[in-house]
This record gives sequence, C-alpha cells and structure tokens, in this order.
Amino acid sequence: MKYDFFVTGDPIILMSQIGIGLTMIGLIALITYLKKWTYLWKEWFTTVDHKKIGIMYIIAGVLMFFRGGVDGLMMKAQTSRPGLELLNAQHYDEIFTTHGIVMILFMAMPMLIGIMNVLIPLQIGARDVAFPKLNALSFWSFFVAALLFNISFVIGGSPDAGWTSYFPLAGKEFSPDIGNNYYAIALQISGIGTLATGINFIVTILKMRAPGMKLLKMPMFTWTSLVTSVLIVAAFPILTIALLMMTLDRMFGAHFFTVAAGGDPMLWLNLFWLWGHPEVYIVVLPAFGMFSEVIATFSRKNLFGYVTMVVSIVAIAFLSMLVWVHHFYTMGNSAAVNSVFSITTMMIAIPTGVKIFNWLFTMRKGKIQFSNAMLWSLAFIPCFTIGGVTGVMLAMAAADYQYHNTMFLVAHFHYVLIPGVVFAVFAGLYYWWPKMFGFALNEKIGKWHFWLFVIGFNLTFMPMFFVGLDGMSRRMYTYSESTGWAPWLGFSAVGSLVMAAGFAALVYNLYWSFRYASRDVGSDPWDARTLEWATASPVQEYNFAVIPEVTELDQFWKDKKEGTNKIKKEDIKDIHMPSNSAVPIIMGVAFGIVGFFLVFEMFILSAIFSVGIIACLIANSFDYDDGYHIPAKKVLETERKWRGDL
Amino acid sequence: MKKQSMFPLNHVLGFVLSIALTVGAVFIVYQTDFSASVKMNIIGTLAIFQALIQLIMFMHITEGKSGGINIINIAYAIFLAIVVVAGSIWVLTTGHAAM
Ligand code: HEM
Ligand SMILES: [Cu+2]
Repeated sequence: MKYDFFVTGDPIILMSQIGIGLTMIGLIALITYLKKWTYLWKEWFTTVDHKKIGIMYIIAGVLMFFRGGVDGLMMKAQTSRPGLELLNAQHYDEIFTTHGIVMILFMAMPMLIGIMNVLIPLQIGARDVAFPKLNALSFWSFFVAALLFNISFVIGGSPDAGWTSYFPLAGKEFSPDIGNNYYAIALQISGIGTLATGINFIVTILKMRAPGMKLLKMPMFTWTSLVTSVLIVAAFPILTIALLMMTLDRMFGAHFFTVAAGGDPMLWLNLFWLWGHPEVYIVVLPAFGMFSEVIATFSRKNLFGYVTMVVSIVAIAFLSMLVWVHHFYTMGNSAAVNSVFSITTMMIAIPTGVKIFNWLFTMRKGKIQFSNAMLWSLAFIPCFTIGGVTGVMLAMAAADYQYHNTMFLVAHFHYVLIPGVVFAVFAGLYYWWPKMFGFALNEKIGKWHFWLFVIGFNLTFMPMFFVGLDGMSRRMYTYSESTGWAPWLGFSAVGSLVMAAGFAALVYNLYWSFRYASRDVGSDPWDARTLEWATASPVQEYNFAVIPEVTELDQFWKDKKEGTNKIKKEDIKDIHMPSNSAVPIIMGVAFGIVGFFLVFEMFILSAIFSVGIIACLIANSFDYDDGYHIPAKKVLETERKWRGDL
Repeated sequence: MKKQSMFPLNHVLGFVLSIALTVGAVFIVYQTDFSASVKMNIIGTLAIFQALIQLIMFMHITEGKSGGINIINIAYAIFLAIVVVAGSIWVLTTGHAAM
C-alpha cells in the first residue's frame, strides 16, 4: 500500500489544509466563547426529535452543496479555455469523482431525507417517526461518512476513478493509492444510515398515520416518500454488497472484479447500476412530491388526478428496478439484452409524462400565485422535460453508442437532477421554511436567487448537449483549440458563474432572513392544504396537541373552510415523548474512527475501535428509559400562545 | 401473539440452527471431495432452509394480523431477488465477451 498521510506538494491543497485547520480552531473557539457546548449537546447532538434531525440534515446538505459546487466551478474553470493547466489530469479526475459523490450522496440525499424528516410525521398527523433513536443514528452515520469522505483530499488523497468507480480502474492494480478506499468505506457507512432511514419511514408511514387517513388520503409528498423508502430498501443492500466486494478486492486480495483470478469487472458495473439507477429515482421521487404540494397550494386547487399520480409513482418505482443496463449498452451485451432494456427504459417516460400533465392540469384555471416556491416548480417543468426527452434519446441502445459517455449524457443527467432535485429542494425550503424556523425567507432576494440560478443553470448545461453531439467525451480535463469547442465551453463556464451567483443570493437570503425577517408569520402563511400547517410555526416539540382525525385528502383545507380546525381543551392529555440519547452520536463517531482506520488498512486499530460500535449496541439494548411526559397543563399553555384563547 | 415465556427458546433454537447450517456449508465446500456442482446443489439447499428459519423464527411471518402487507412484501422480495440474480446472470453471460 502506498500513501502519504498528508497530501503534500500542491499550494492549493496546502492552503485548504491550513484553511480547514483554522476554521476548525475558530469554530471550536467560538462555541466555547459563546458557552454553547451544552446547548448544542443537549438540544441538537443527542436529539431524537425528527424536526431537529431534519434541520441538521438540511444544514449538512447545504454545506455539501457548497463543497460540490466549488468542485464544479473548478472543473468549469479548467475547461473554460483550450489547453489550460489550472488543474492537472490527476486533480481533475479527483475533482469530478468527489463532485459526483458529494452531490448525489452527500447533498441530494440528505436534503431530501432532511425534508422528509421534518415533514412526514407532520403530514400524517404523528408525533415522531417510528424509531426516533434509529433516526438519529441514520443522521450521524451519514454525517460522519460525509466528513470522512471530505477529509480525503487533505489526508491520504481523494478517490479518482469517477463516482461510478468502474473496475478494473478502481481496483488495487490500477489505483494503488488509498483514495478509493475512502469511496468504499465512506459510502458503506452512509449507506447503512440510508437503509435505516428507509425502514424507519416505511414503518412510520404504514403504522403511524392519524386515524382515518387511508392510504389514498395521504398527501402526495408522503406517498412519494413511502415509495422512495421502499426503493431504498430494495436498492441499497445491492450497494452494500457491491462495496463490500470492492473492499475485499482492494484490501484483502479477493478477485470478484479482477479478470486475473476468474473475477469479472463487468459484475461491478452490473451491481453498481442495479443500485445506481433506482438511486436516481430515489432522489427524484420525493422531489416530485414536493412539487405536487407546492403546485396545488399556489394554484389554489386540489391536485389533478391524485390516483393516477399514485399509480404512476408506483409504476416508476417498479420499472426503475428493470432498466439498469441502459448505463452500459456498449459493454458488449447481446442484442436481446439491449433491446429489452431499451424498451423498459422508454416505458419509464410514460408514467413520468403522466405526472407532468397532472401538474399542468392542476394549474389549469387555477389562481396561480407566483411565490418563490411556485416559481421553482414552474421552472422545473420545462427544464425537466428537456432532461426526460434527451433521456429517451439515450434509451435507444443503437443510438446510445453515439451518445454514451459524451457530454450529451452529462447534460442529460444534469437536466434531470438539477431541476428534479435542486429546484425541488429550493421550492421545498421556501415553502416549508416558516414551519421549520418560524419566519419566511425573503421573497425579493429569493427572486434574485431564482433568476440567477435558473438562467445560469441553462447557460451552463445547454452547451454541453452540443459539444457532446460534436464528439466531446465526458471527463476530459483539456482539449485543443482545433476541436472548435472553445466557444461552447467558455460560454458554459460563464454560465456556471451566474449559477454560483444564484447560490450566493440564497446564502445572503438565509443570512438576511435570519436577522431581519418578521417573526410573525402565523401558522399557515400560504393558505395551504395539508396537516403540517395545522401546527404552530416553528412546530411545537410534540407536533400535535390533539391527534387530528382525517376524513378527506386535503383535511386541513376542509377544516379551515368548515371551521372545524379548533381543538378542545378537554381533549388535551399528557403527551408521551422519547428521551434524548447519546448512543447515536457516539456510535456514529465510532463508525467514523473504524472507517478511518479501515481506509488506511490499519486493521488491528479498526478492530479495536469496532468494540465501540458493539458496546453502543449493547448499551442500547439495556436502555430501559421509555421517555417522559409533557403534562397537559404545559401543552395547554403552549397551545394558547399561538392559538389565542382555548 | 403466542404466549411469552421467559426463555426465548425459539430464538436460541433458530440461532443454533442457522449457525449449524452455515458451518455445514463451509464444511462441505472445504472439507469434502464432491464435485463443484454437487457442492453447489447442497449449499443451495442449505440456503433455502436458512431462509426459512430466518423467516419463521426471527421474522415471524406466521404471526401478526397485517397479512396483506406481508404477502406483498414477500412477493416483492422474491421479485427483486429474481430480477437481481437472474437478470445479472442473463446480462453477464450472454454478452460478446462470454461467447
Ligand atoms: C424519462 C426518463 C429517463 C430516461 C429514459 C433516462 C435514460 C438514461 C440513459 C439511457 C442513460 C445512460 C446513457 C449513457 O450512459 O449513455 C442515463 C444516464 C443517466 N441518467 Fe437518465 N433517464 C431518465 C431520467 C432520469 C432521471 C429522472 C434522473 C435523475 C433524477 C436521471 C439520471 C441519470 C444519471 C445520473 C445518468 C448518468 C450516470 C453516469 O453515467 O454517470 N435520469 N439516463
Ligand atoms: Cu438510469
């Protein structure tokens, strides 16, 4: 094994190392100075409250978005002119690898899971998720994995074989450095957390709905989250096993993916995409749900074609397990294999199209209100359609021999992932921010954020379709003048700056709103339809003083119209709540340490520290704390504060 | 629910049986001279017993009233297993490289 502990010899990295060190010291000093350690520990690090866990997911997601975004900007700078040497080939490889992993696994997933965490119990009228402590463990294993992955570029070196890490390149023979160990281990740890989240949300949604809420009376976001959770449970074990095999190959000389001793590198591709394709739908389905909520609220109508919407989500989820080969048509499959997977892939466009029309019909004749959340949803529809249509082009195996691994493909998936996930997260944040924090984000700064980001996004990625058709393959770190791509790529680089300005506007908006926004938003600022708006803003720790009864799809809307949204004083009882626990964070840290030593192939140390993980499991088994009660009197007091008289 | 006794007999039995089956598989692969295909058949059979033990003794499929969800769940799991295993074999053995 060969590695230098600290990555050395590059001024940019040296600067980042110093920067990271100083930021850490600064943060620790600041928290100590403000005497916030106990507050953080008690209120956040050990919390089992789904809302707080959700907020922590979202904060981590925003930070990771920044990190991934900087990666993206560096790539765009490097290819902005032909023959530039800002980054060398090795650096470029590392950067596109970490960009992809950070964006999908450490940005998109936590953002969506974070929003699911905040909202699902509220939308189904529950007081928490089914397994609150497990939920905290999910968060901490994700967070620790994200940290572990992110230190790779200063300690030991980043993975550089692409987010897909194809063998044989990703094997020990061609990637002897430890960078790829980070890939195998960090993804494994965060994958465990994600799997637990999937199980947690399936149980929560199936078992904890308010009385009367039949499956077909659930809000659309709850539906999409349920189906996403099912897909997580279906797909993530495949990743777990594939990564385990990768780890065995890389660290213990197994030969699952090396031809040398009878293994097969194509098996990696096959397993990776068996997980990878469902994964893209795992991130896009909750986003569909958020758009559905936002579009219905701001069109002042109920969602058009609710049942067809549900059927198409389930159809998408079902089909998404049957299309994985479209990522490697060119691997040399038989004609029968490629034809079958072409057809299944094209079939996915049908339910997706149904959903697009449902959104359009929801808006038809509605009184549309152009709030920021709605703007993002409106921009999503045409942009995502471009992504979907180019997807169908790629779906044709014969044609894909031309498109495969070109910039055309890169443009396709950015046109589905950015509108489908990032726009959705923005729409969701603007929409649900008041519920989470008790104030709204500024609409005017939000407009800057919106226009800069959407225009910048199109400027950045539209040219990629054309250079792709002109033969530029993906992951090229430089090119010559004679290719004629320079104008397109220069244009695209400028676009990425516009997009970055959009992100800056978002950050400014967060700052501005934290400081100056009115704290008096009321519990239902958008005149919305679903149960989460029947709680205070920010939401009381017990969510609902009295668990609501459900008879309609848009129950909260009905209650408002019929004046039945009052609760009765006599109905308020003591509320049972789960206690905080330090086990999840300690176990997360133990996972991180074990992971770190595994990355460096220090097996004895990692074995020693895995005792910590087992100890946490044992401690948890003997934990007989079954929570505490909030007395009815206190609940009544809290409710009076925002409802007025009761 | 069945009646609860203090000693988790079922679990211990299941645990012992599953270890026995696993050790048995390892023994047959490493310590016997059967041909590869015979070995495969034996450990395949052991695997099915293993799955049944897990389902009955630990996952309690025979208990509980949410039967509908359990059936959908098992059907979906079987579907996924077939897709993953049969699909992979089909894709990986019919390509040009394999011919
Ligand atoms: C109408 C629906 C869609 C169709 C027909 C479709 C089709 C395809 C095909 C055929 C490829 C492989 C092309 C190649 O490698 O040459 C591909 C790549 C990809 N698609 Fe889609 N797609 C669709 C929707 C989506 C959605 C909704 C997402 C994500 C939210 C997505 C994300 C991706 C990603 C990430 C890749 C490339 C991964 C990589 O190689 O690094 N696609 N798509
Ligand atoms: Cu795909």
